[in-house]
Amino acid sequence: MNTFKKIHASEIERLLANYPPDRKQAAVMPLLHLAQQEAGYITEPVMQEIAEICEISATEVASIVGYYTMFHDQPGGKIRLMVCTDVACRLHGAREYLSALCNELGVAPGGTSSDGLVTIEEVKCIAACDHAPVFQSQIGDEVEYHENQNPGRTLDWLRLMTASMKTGQASMNLGQEADHE
Amino acid sequence: MEKLISLKIDGRPVSVPAGMLVVDAAKRAGITVPVFCYHPKMEPVGMCRMCLVDIGRPAVDRVTHEPILNEDGTPKIAFGPKLETACTTPVSEGMVVWGATEKVMAARKDVIEFLLTSHPLDCPVCDKGGECPLQNQTMAFGPGESRFLFNEKNHLAKHVPLGELIYLDRERCIQCARCVRFSDQVAGDPVIGFYQRGRQLEIVTHSDPGFDSVFSGNTTDICPVGALTTADFRFGARPWEMSKASSICTQCPVGCNISYSVRREAKSDGRCVVKRVLPRQNEAVNEIWLCDKGRFGYHFGEAEGRIQKPLVKQGNEFVETSWKEALQLVAENFRAAGKKVTTLAGGRLSNEDLYFLKKFNQAVDGKLFASSEMGGGEWTRRLGLTPGSDLGKVGKGAAVLVFASDLHEEAPIWWLRLKQAAERGLNLIVAGARATRLDKYAAHVLRYAYGEEEKVLKALIAGQGEAGQALQSAADVIVFYGADGLGLTQTEAAASLCAELLVKTNHFGRPNNGLVAVWPHANDQGAAELEVPVSANLAEELGAAVALYIAGADPAGDSPALKEAVQRAGFVVVQELYMTESARNANVVLPVQASMEREGSLVSGERRVQRFYRAVPPLGESKADYEITAAIAAGMGTKLNAVSAEAAFAALTQAEPAFSGLDYAQLGQTKAQWPLTGREEAYFSGTVVENKDGLGVTLSLQPNGKSAPAPAVMPAGLRVSKEGWLAVPVTRLYDQAVTLHSSELLKGRIGEKALSLHPDDAEKLGVAAGDNLSLILDGQQLEAAVDLDAGQPRGVVLVRRSMGIALAGPAEMILHKIGNG
Amino acid sequence: MSELYLLRHREIQGLNQLKTYTANGGFDTWKKVVSTLKPEEVTQVVKDSGLRGRGGAGFPTGVKWSFLPTNIWPHYVVANADESEPGTFKDREILESNPYQFIEGLMIACYAVQAKDAYIYFRGEFAQIAHKFEERLQELTSKGLLGDKLFGSEYSLRIHPHLGAGAYICGEETALLESIEGKLGQPRLRPPFPAVVGLFDKPTVINNVETLTNLPIILGKGAAHFRTQGTEKSPGTKIFCLSGRVKNPGNYELPLGTTFRELIYTHGGGILNDRAIKVIMPAGASSSLIPATEAALDTPMDYESVPALGAQLGSASVIVLDETVNISDLVSSTVNFFEHESCGKCTPCREGTYWMAHILERINSGKASKADIELLKTVASQMQNKCFCALGEFSISAVLTGIQHFRADFDARVEN
Ligand SMILES: Cc1cc2nc3c(=O)[nH]c(=O)nc-3n(C[C@H](O)[C@H](O)[C@H](O)COP(=O)(O)O)c2cc1C
Ligand code: SF4
Ligand code: FES
Repeated sequence: MNTFKKIHASEIERLLANYPPDRKQAAVMPLLHLAQQEAGYITEPVMQEIAEICEISATEVASIVGYYTMFHDQPGGKIRLMVCTDVACRLHGAREYLSALCNELGVAPGGTSSDGLVTIEEVKCIAACDHAPVFQSQIGDEVEYHENQNPGRTLDWLRLMTASMKTGQASMNLGQEADHE
Repeated sequence: MEKLISLKIDGRPVSVPAGMLVVDAAKRAGITVPVFCYHPKMEPVGMCRMCLVDIGRPAVDRVTHEPILNEDGTPKIAFGPKLETACTTPVSEGMVVWGATEKVMAARKDVIEFLLTSHPLDCPVCDKGGECPLQNQTMAFGPGESRFLFNEKNHLAKHVPLGELIYLDRERCIQCARCVRFSDQVAGDPVIGFYQRGRQLEIVTHSDPGFDSVFSGNTTDICPVGALTTADFRFGARPWEMSKASSICTQCPVGCNISYSVRREAKSDGRCVVKRVLPRQNEAVNEIWLCDKGRFGYHFGEAEGRIQKPLVKQGNEFVETSWKEALQLVAENFRAAGKKVTTLAGGRLSNEDLYFLKKFNQAVDGKLFASSEMGGGEWTRRLGLTPGSDLGKVGKGAAVLVFASDLHEEAPIWWLRLKQAAERGLNLIVAGARATRLDKYAAHVLRYAYGEEEKVLKALIAGQGEAGQALQSAADVIVFYGADGLGLTQTEAAASLCAELLVKTNHFGRPNNGLVAVWPHANDQGAAELEVPVSANLAEELGAAVALYIAGADPAGDSPALKEAVQRAGFVVVQELYMTESARNANVVLPVQASMEREGSLVSGERRVQRFYRAVPPLGESKADYEITAAIAAGMGTKLNAVSAEAAFAALTQAEPAFSGLDYAQLGQTKAQWPLTGREEAYFSGTVVENKDGLGVTLSLQPNGKSAPAPAVMPAGLRVSKEGWLAVPVTRLYDQAVTLHSSELLKGRIGEKALSLHPDDAEKLGVAAGDNLSLILDGQQLEAAVDLDAGQPRGVVLVRRSMGIALAGPAEMILHKIGNG
Repeated sequence: MSELYLLRHREIQGLNQLKTYTANGGFDTWKKVVSTLKPEEVTQVVKDSGLRGRGGAGFPTGVKWSFLPTNIWPHYVVANADESEPGTFKDREILESNPYQFIEGLMIACYAVQAKDAYIYFRGEFAQIAHKFEERLQELTSKGLLGDKLFGSEYSLRIHPHLGAGAYICGEETALLESIEGKLGQPRLRPPFPAVVGLFDKPTVINNVETLTNLPIILGKGAAHFRTQGTEKSPGTKIFCLSGRVKNPGNYELPLGTTFRELIYTHGGGILNDRAIKVIMPAGASSSLIPATEAALDTPMDYESVPALGAQLGSASVIVLDETVNISDLVSSTVNFFEHESCGKCTPCREGTYWMAHILERINSGKASKADIELLKTVASQMQNKCFCALGEFSISAVLTGIQHFRADFDARVEN
């Protein structure tokens, strides 16, 4: 049974309507984003369902998941911290920031904290070079910028976020900072 | 006429049709441009960069658009700053291509070195070693050594099953995407793909079962490295230890040209055995492809249980005996039967076998029948395909009707070629009672209820509907008819209606026009050409025989009624590979040679006569069917020349007008085919075998007259009724017929499910896929597992042929959920 | 600072709200274009303006539009909001703070080529921006600025946001089209060019966000006015993304032809801690390294002058390196970027970036010899001119120019 399709019927309709009727494959990325909202990653059965909706094979869907770095087929931390260490950020201490952060959290880049809440990833340029060090958080499929960081500031934010997650009243918007002028 | 373009490649003037790619133009001129990702059967992608060449074009003045000339008046040729990929660049007038300059050779060396940075260089243990394009090109164009540090290589999994048929070695893959593109574009099965990106790219499958395609084996031929291997052959032998023998696949009526790789080996007691099957190029038949049944289903020759000596029944036991004694016994009993000798010939027998059976029958003045649940051969002989026909060439302007056949399951390579033709613009019409995989490529899908076949054909004959119109107006029309849900008398009628359609629209007697039967066996067409009749009352005929001679058929296994008839018959002789149900009920069982152990010829559904050759020595004391028939006939006083298959064929051509003028030499002739294949062409086609042993000859129509069929009436078919279930027989590629039964590899794909229901019906019955159902058919009670198929009609039970439930044609069936009485 | 055309939100508070934007003349040009101009006339004005694409290649925008065949329909316009070049962050500022001017520009481009459907391809990291755009586009539709039969004409237009998911190569226009079509974002063979066979196999215009944001100005104030800024061949203003070791990194909208010196010292406040400047990378990670000589600093930043220094202006993402930066380190960071982003389609890029990354890792961890520096150089040259698309070619710019100008930085690593 196509449960993904049942739960999101109207949203799927809306997304499909963005593309010509004979080009359902074009909806595969929007559908994957939609699927990722819940668990933060995409399961095999959901890939099958998306394949059906887009009239392509499950392998083709899996290829897309594998190709793009922001789609995940394995569960990670509830919060993914994506720290940019690319050329410009590196010139502004991004690597030092990252290793300090990793030390504090006791995880290596790519790893997940022992409580399963936070995964730290080292990423390429995210178009915020003038505000290094920066990270983006990916929670479900919500992505946010956090600019002009230092380890202390980031940890404060993390504490706030994980506390709310632990008490179960996880309002994802808590983390929204007025980062942009 | 095609427009020709003149250019120069490595100084050689070349003229080729417009639109051709530089790489192919070079090949035609005898110049090899090395490639990895390019394959002449697929769209170019220009990924691997191996084919870089220096290309110059006549310079043109930007303002006047006039060609710029050199001082000597010749056109000035402008070369770009970059090399270009020969595989993606079409030829153009006046082009100058350099493929062997220092710059180009350096580029090739560079690309090879890049490819090898990730390659494990494990040629000594690689199955492809010795026939590997990467290995060959490294020798020809590569740097002597790599500067890449070995310990920095990417190490990846080396034994990754992509399903149970194909294995992937991730380290060896060079990301050329040939396999992915083949599966997607050619086979229409996008079930393998790339995962990740950059250096991380790897091939994966997410289908269930893995690599769910009946064409999967072809990827191992075109893979230019040893990344893809078959579960069947991997680690089996080194290419240079094996010799090749040409043959014809006997699994279906397409008649794909194959090549057996054979070698003598200790673990088979020093016998010479088949190690693998490769496609042998025949562009008019199978091109360079094979389906997996043909590739992996060859084990029937070597499986346990082959009969090796003549057997005679004493009491309830068979005892081995000598040929002499067995033949004597047969002759005595046949003589005693007088004119009451009935002969039954199976569809796997060669032309030579059939012809000798026919001569034998004439000599004893008995009755001869072809063992078939499908009829209509008369019409394929009179209105079938003619010389010059080629499914690879039909396209725009032509129409093809596929009637009552699931080609993907029954004749996969025809399916593949019609799919390609439809993509080229062929007007494809699919008429069937249930959804099949060809529907997707059809311009018109005509869906009817089982039992209403006649109505559909009559409407088409009358030119009704868009499909009817299309058939009237198309320049060329080919009709494929099958036996999906139909029995013998219905298929006979269907064939004659199809024939009427072709005659009425004047679509016969010319290349790429006519009627093709989707027969269940490899040489049913041969039986039709030799006018071996079928019988609608076979049970009666067999039961009445005082002596019954069965060759290459298993009536007792086909249905309870026929089994009873065989038991009723007097003295029964069976020629077989295995102890079939009929053999068990025989008085004498004679061991025959499997097709790879002997020579002969077959007629494909497209009416192409093709030769097969001996690949391995015969097992035990087995003989070829025609030899046995000749020996029996000799005992009855009739001499048939059985010194060789060639001699038997020569006799046949003398007697049978359809074959008049043919000989083995002719059948063995070849001509140059495009694309070129063979060892030194490994760049293009990998392990496809060059055809050196014959392309075959297509028969002319018989008789020569343009006989129109008398208007036919189809016997009223059964329909879905309110009370019972309409059971209809259907054919699936993988079934439990004797040739697959012995294939360990394909067992998993056969499955256990003999029945199939619409999901709504299953819900009504309270059963799920895989559940067993109890059924009553012809008064017999059986149990069978059920599959679900939303593409089939409601109220109908599809019964897979050769899965243990005998069903000669549509019938009423009673079904119960087990436990509910 | 000169007049702002693209970063007007810096002068007008709340310009990212529709009512503020319209209160400041927003969509007047749009209405004028649809109601009074023929499509060809719009294209002609853009041609006359001399506007060149801001996505990197600097191709004249009006000319690009005129390549679309008029006998094949529908046409599509795709806005390239994939901004992923390391050192580039201008499109993001426009999308967050001056979004309506960009949308208005996109609408004008659509009208010029008579596209009825347009797509905005956002990089996946812009998810928040993309979600906001869903609302903005709905709002525009409800206000009658988008949708069917606009302003009583026969012209209808719909704009669809499409969100990527992390792949730099999808900024390359043909990979971007593949990505919208739901395939792996790998570049296509050219020809055919997108102008003829583009999105869903139909004629397609692809323009950068900044390019499109210029259009309301050009159509509003006229081509001649546009040409009052910039140089003869590179008219108009450009947003320069300044980053690296400068005191005031950020976006600066300046006339094309402004010198590096003015950007770095006048606007950027000079080098951090007043150190000496070492290198200018004018086009992000794809740049050739320009040794920061006095002459280089005085070079005008436009599409003609920068190539004279052996580099490209690209998307004008100027990364500045000071004297303390070791070039071998820097190059390993650019190479790692390209190795990570190589799509894997072609051999030289897939294997070459991987190989270079390995060599650089050895060099920078002190495990290499001088021969490895030579090897690095050969591998880079071996890739040159052989790659399927520009990504592979970009990946070697910093390597080759780095070794050429700063060999000592590499030598220092192998000698220790
Ligand atoms: C590897 C690569 C990455 C690119 N990334 C971007 C990008 O992020 N944004 C962009 O607008 N153009 C990018 N481009 C350029 C586009 O291919 C294309 O030229 C541009 O979007 C055209 O718009 P324009 O004419 O308005 O500049 C990239 C090109 C290449 C080769
Ligand atoms: S498995 Fe073979 S055919 Fe497929 S991409 Fe790899 S090298 Fe090419
Ligand atoms: S690029 Fe031409 S053969 Fe691969």
